[in-house]
Amino acid sequence: MKLTLRIWRQRDADSAGAMTTYEVDGISEDMSFLEMLDHLNEELILAGDEPVAFDHDCREGICGACGMVINGQAHGPERTTTCQLHMRHFRDGDVIDVEPWRAAAFPVVKDLVVDRSAFDRIIGAGGYVSVPTGAAPEAHATPVPKEAADLAFEHAECIGCGACVAACPNGSAMLFTSAKVVHLNVLPQGAPERESRVLGMVSAMDEQGFGGCTNTGECAVACPKGIPLSAIGTMNREYLRASVKRR
Amino acid sequence: MALATRTERSPSLIGFVWHSTVGKKAVMAVTGLVMLAYLVAHMLGNLKIFFGAGEFNAYAHWLRTLGGPVLHHEWFLWIVRAVLAASVVLHGVAAYQLSRRDLAARPARYERRRARTSYATRTMRWGGVVLGLFLVWHLLDLTTLTVNPNAQQGHPYENLVASFGRWYVNVVYIVAMLALGLHIRHGFWSAAQTLGANSPRRDRAFKATADGLAALLTLGFVAVPIGVMTGIVS
Repeated sequence: MKLTLRIWRQRDADSAGAMTTYEVDGISEDMSFLEMLDHLNEELILAGDEPVAFDHDCREGICGACGMVINGQAHGPERTTTCQLHMRHFRDGDVIDVEPWRAAAFPVVKDLVVDRSAFDRIIGAGGYVSVPTGAAPEAHATPVPKEAADLAFEHAECIGCGACVAACPNGSAMLFTSAKVVHLNVLPQGAPERESRVLGMVSAMDEQGFGGCTNTGECAVACPKGIPLSAIGTMNREYLRASVKRR
Repeated sequence: MALATRTERSPSLIGFVWHSTVGKKAVMAVTGLVMLAYLVAHMLGNLKIFFGAGEFNAYAHWLRTLGGPVLHHEWFLWIVRAVLAASVVLHGVAAYQLSRRDLAARPARYERRRARTSYATRTMRWGGVVLGLFLVWHLLDLTTLTVNPNAQQGHPYENLVASFGRWYVNVVYIVAMLALGLHIRHGFWSAAQTLGANSPRRDRAFKATADGLAALLTLGFVAVPIGVMTGIVS
């Protein structure tokens, strides 16, 4: 396959960036999108140019490190992570635009790499459960209803890649935050911090400069893990309940 | 060391809620639902125009005596107006503040962007501005009668027919009611989501109700200028 890539190049956080055009040849349809970029980078290095910087780690679709906007869609045309997107979803001769996540809370570090530590600060504000240390507790000490376990697992699938923020026209982190809140609030282990968790995480989310939710639903369409839009509704309910119970 | 037994006083529920994006949206949802409930009553009342001047004007008069003898003449109307004015202001201020925040949170656009949301969703902000401007015109035309060609206090039927006798008023009115329908179509479902009333099981029912309310209100309101234009109401 022969492709024309238009990639966002930006030297560092303080420099202005621009879309730069590259031609790549010899792309196999079995390559992943990241392997295609590796191929481009090898050519750039051989030519003495700076390779394109992009985040990646597991390349198995479970770490959430890789993320880029491909042709205006977070993680590209398939519901998967960029590492699991294969070139067979593109055609020979295609022009492909590759940009970093765009959000005020995710500043560009270099090229396609953004700083997603705003997510870590949201997690730090309540995305955990407190457990006493020591020997592992007896498995049946805390029964978890099947429905709660399923719901928690569905929302625990969030890998924190940031596609929801990238896809949202308001740069909102509501889907990410709500996935964490629902995951932990639905479980008995998360019950002691049920109120403080949602209040703390929403407050941290607002402090990081993410936008608000206008219920456009773009986040849930972009999410590679299929976190449902209903998570946001549940978090809103939890937030209002906790606001009333706060004293 | 003595532990603090009481921390500083926490703000009131409304004050607390107003300072978060989630809470401010909840204020928008509640005020939106208040206005929506009023609009349903308003639309149904409007349809009395088809029963003639006598019945319509008597209905308008009854609205002024409603709540009596506990409430003084027109007090009921003024209470409704106060609640609506507060709702409009809170809804608008919250929308303005949240929109500014939303636009700042997404400073750069993508090269290619396919709109994957519905038209109603994309037009919420400007549609809201259109509705706000229409509201000003509507009050000047049929409440204060400042720009009404008939302008007779206590004769709403005649004032209404005179106003809808002008083609551009009809165009403005019909466009505004289409904007209203779109606003409600996304707004009602969005309010259910914002207040946490929505769930995967109820989602379809809320969406259907939103579509139904939007269609009902738009058709009900538009029926009046069409009635005047076609001569059914004169």
